[in-house]
Amino acid sequence: MGHLTVGLDVDWAVRWLTLSAQAMADHRVELIELDRAIGDSDHGENMDRGFKAVMERLAEAPPATPGAALKLTAMALMSKVGGAAGPLYGTAFLRASTSLGDTTDIDPGALAVAIQAARDGIVARGKAESGDKTMVDAWTPAVDAAAAQAAAGDGDVLKVLLAAAEAAEAGAVATDPLIARKGRASYLGERSAGHRDPGAVSTALILRAAAGAAE
Amino acid sequence: MTVRLVVVSHSEKIADGAVELAAQMAPDVVILPAGGTDDGRIGTSLEKVMAALEQAAGDDGIVVLTDLGSAVMTAESAVEFLPDPDTVLLADAPLVEGLVAAAVAAQAGADAAGVKQAAEAVRRAAAPEAPSEAETVGPPDATGDFELVNQAGMHARPAAKIAGGISGLEAEVTVNGVDGASMTGLMTLGAGRGSILHVEAWGPDAAKAVKYVGGLVEAGFGEP
Repeated sequence: MGHLTVGLDVDWAVRWLTLSAQAMADHRVELIELDRAIGDSDHGENMDRGFKAVMERLAEAPPATPGAALKLTAMALMSKVGGAAGPLYGTAFLRASTSLGDTTDIDPGALAVAIQAARDGIVARGKAESGDKTMVDAWTPAVDAAAAQAAAGDGDVLKVLLAAAEAAEAGAVATDPLIARKGRASYLGERSAGHRDPGAVSTALILRAAAGAAE
Repeated sequence: MTVRLVVVSHSEKIADGAVELAAQMAPDVVILPAGGTDDGRIGTSLEKVMAALEQAAGDDGIVVLTDLGSAVMTAESAVEFLPDPDTVLLADAPLVEGLVAAAVAAQAGADAAGVKQAAEAVRRAAAPEAPSEAETVGPPDATGDFELVNQAGMHARPAAKIAGGISGLEAEVTVNGVDGASMTGLMTLGAGRGSILHVEAWGPDAAKAVKYVGGLVEAGFGEP
């Protein structure tokens, strides 16, 4: 190993969730405006409230493992978000938590598998496919990029997280021309084209926070 | 003990109102609302749903009725958290009509699968044709004509008894042309005392189905 990498332990998980909460607060208005164009304009407010609840619960009962931190997050988001993003992100964090088990130090392979488990949970819960103009369009490129980087085998978890974040950001941008086929935006049909999907944007923010927490 | 019901709605008022309505027709069935968010907004809350599921836990299982899309997702998530997820069934049915049908079926003693079917049959009853044509082409395998002898005729509880029993048989059944497995379809017949029910059945259990309906009708559904 040529250089020291930050291990993905419970401290990383708590930093990730803290940065995510910060990102949701900072981008609250942007997400509300994206959602106003093609949805019911509550995504920014819901995500901000959800992650504030995550922070409260982290303070009340500090988790011992990354998996425990993600499970606590799942419960908080499902209970406090209110909109469809609650069960979707909740399921993502829950499945990632289950995938990580009791691991206290996540390696690139386990990380890539956990990101895939999160995406698979969202697909199972929301029944959306790639190209439907949903958060899946940010998650799936992230899953592929993380798997490719993990397979490169240099053992660097930060590179895996950065690859996932960049792919999610590109995936979110790529939702602009799509016509929504799932969620509230699908009622707009062709009028949904020309707007970025708010769930794909919040996904990119959360995955960017994961990388930021490891830097 | 009966199957218990949980109502998941985006609105606390809708959940409470639907429970109130259904409870009137099913006084012995435990029906719990889980509507709105924890702080009284429009939305769904995993914790509210889980609390209702825990409170409703019993030997006969739980059937969950939901309204819009994310209520379904929240209910599915809540079930995933349960130690014994197999005890809970989600019914894919219109909330109010489905809940009433489910409550009456539970009151009549149907099992969880039968209660779920009763709720889901509401949607089929809304379509103009009775059971799918492919299954009811050709002459029926069994038929029967039975006179309603109970004072109240065909109302919610008799309809639930007929529909609940037929749901468990391998037979497609029509009663005066409507789907015999649909409680609301049967109720729309508006058949009073003295009316004749013409039953037609197709499939392996056809004869059993006709006999089942005939037995109930001739016994006045156990009513005066």
